Amino acid sequence: MTVNVSMTVNGQSISRDIDPRTLLVTFVRDHLGLTGTHVGCDTSQCGACVVHLDGQAVKSCAVLAVQADGGTVDTIESLSAADSPLHPMQEAFREHHALQCGFCTPGMVMAAVDLANRNPDPSVEDVHAALEGNICRCTGYDPIVTAVQAGARAMNIQDGHAQDNG
Amino acid sequence: MFPFDYHRATTLEDAREAHAAAEEPAYLAGGQTLIPTLKMRLAQHDRIVDLRRIPGLTGIRRDGDTLVIGAMTTHQAIADSPEVIAALPALAAMAASIGDQQVRAMGTIGGALANNDPAADYPAAALALDAAIITDMRSHKAADFFGAFFDTTLDPGEIIREVRFPLAEAAAYAKIRNPASRYAVVGVFVARTAAGPRVAVTGAAGQVFRHEAMEQALAASFSPTSLDGVATSPDGMNEDQHASADYRAHLCGVLAGRAVTAIVGAGSR
Ligand SMILES: Cc1cc2nc3c(=O)[nH]c(=O)nc-3n(C[C@H](O)[C@H](O)[C@H](O)COP(=O)(O)OP(=O)(O)OC[C@H]3O[C@@H](n4cnc5c(N)ncnc54)[C@H](O)[C@@H]3O)c2cc1C
Ligand code: FES
Ligand code: FES
Repeated sequence: MTVNVSMTVNGQSISRDIDPRTLLVTFVRDHLGLTGTHVGCDTSQCGACVVHLDGQAVKSCAVLAVQADGGTVDTIESLSAADSPLHPMQEAFREHHALQCGFCTPGMVMAAVDLANRNPDPSVEDVHAALEGNICRCTGYDPIVTAVQAGARAMNIQDGHAQDNG
Repeated sequence: MFPFDYHRATTLEDAREAHAAAEEPAYLAGGQTLIPTLKMRLAQHDRIVDLRRIPGLTGIRRDGDTLVIGAMTTHQAIADSPEVIAALPALAAMAASIGDQQVRAMGTIGGALANNDPAADYPAAALALDAAIITDMRSHKAADFFGAFFDTTLDPGEIIREVRFPLAEAAAYAKIRNPASRYAVVGVFVARTAAGPRVAVTGAAGQVFRHEAMEQALAASFSPTSLDGVATSPDGMNEDQHASADYRAHLCGVLAGRAVTAIVGAGSR
């Protein structure tokens, strides 16, 4: 059986015929070639695969692509184009050395942006709670927490400027 | 994952028909249990019937002294709901303790109750608060609904529509979270109700249960010290790499004490 799915991925309308058992993570990586989203586990626990579905962070390894039909999906690639400046959250991760091997980073950043969208000035405890579903085997987490707080504040300032200008 | 065909239901009747026409079908709600299970090939279904687009299955409302939550309402929506926070703050806090942010954004109360994992959180809340689980066919009392190891009184094809929680005078939930999965190693939900105190324990045994000895002790005097002499037998408790049966029995007392302390400290409701 194949089913047709149509959705907006990183601002672009796409439509594909797929096997219904296709996971959302398989869809974005293998069907759309957006390999920034990673798969780090089989148990839905590591968070390397986090994307935004209709504006909320989800684990794309635990969602079927058909569940996103008609919806909006944003992956790590949506944050900044290859030759343009980094998104404030990405910049904060770079600045604060919040990655080593980088495997967990796409999921960490997407979970962090989701938090910042809800909470522009998160406390350390808020960051810990928001990143419970994201595992990093390299950094020891402290630089990630610092980066998420800085990134959230930077996003907030940027939004403030955008509002001033608009 | 084994192959399956996919049906997106538009109404409850449509879902029932699509379910009845298949041999080994499964309903799909948030997918946070079903999809990981399919991925590991621990289950095989010839058809998945998606309930998510059926109108009218989400939302939270007060109906007199009852809080009514639609089956497809997510854990996160329950955790964030001003109605739940005002009427049953312990339920909102319990929902916020499930899994992680991403799991809560997809997982639903109906899916969690239908799944009845012996370490899941909602069964403890439903049993302690004497909830009613309303399906497209009938109403189940939480006291009868939960069987051993994932079993429930749902018939094949029966769909949970909503859950009705009578408000308690006060309630609290205390849980030791498995550090990897966040499921309850043991979780104890204590409710002070007009009919007396109710204590429900999840994670400790093969199914959620009421701790009657603790209820009697709390009925005599609602204070954490009342629980001091109340023993919990390790017979029939789960024993695994996370905790021995003896340790789980011990945690029942510790967590009930924490929940009662939270209630007494917080005053009413
Ligand atoms: C990493 C991770 C951590 C988790 N941590 C916890 C935790 O700490 N505590 C906890 O309690 N849970 C936890 N869960 C499970 C989570 O709460 C699930 O969301 C929940 O168990 C199932 O809900 P769902 O909506 O995702 O259902 P699904 O996975 O879609 O369905 C589960 C089962 O219920 C059936 N079903 C679903 N909806 C209905 C309905 N309305 N009527 C009849 N049958 C229905 C389905 O057919 C299926 O058999 C965790 C899950 C993950 C992946
Ligand atoms: S790959 Fe999705 S949680 Fe690990
Ligand atoms: S940087 Fe290597 S897993 Fe996080």
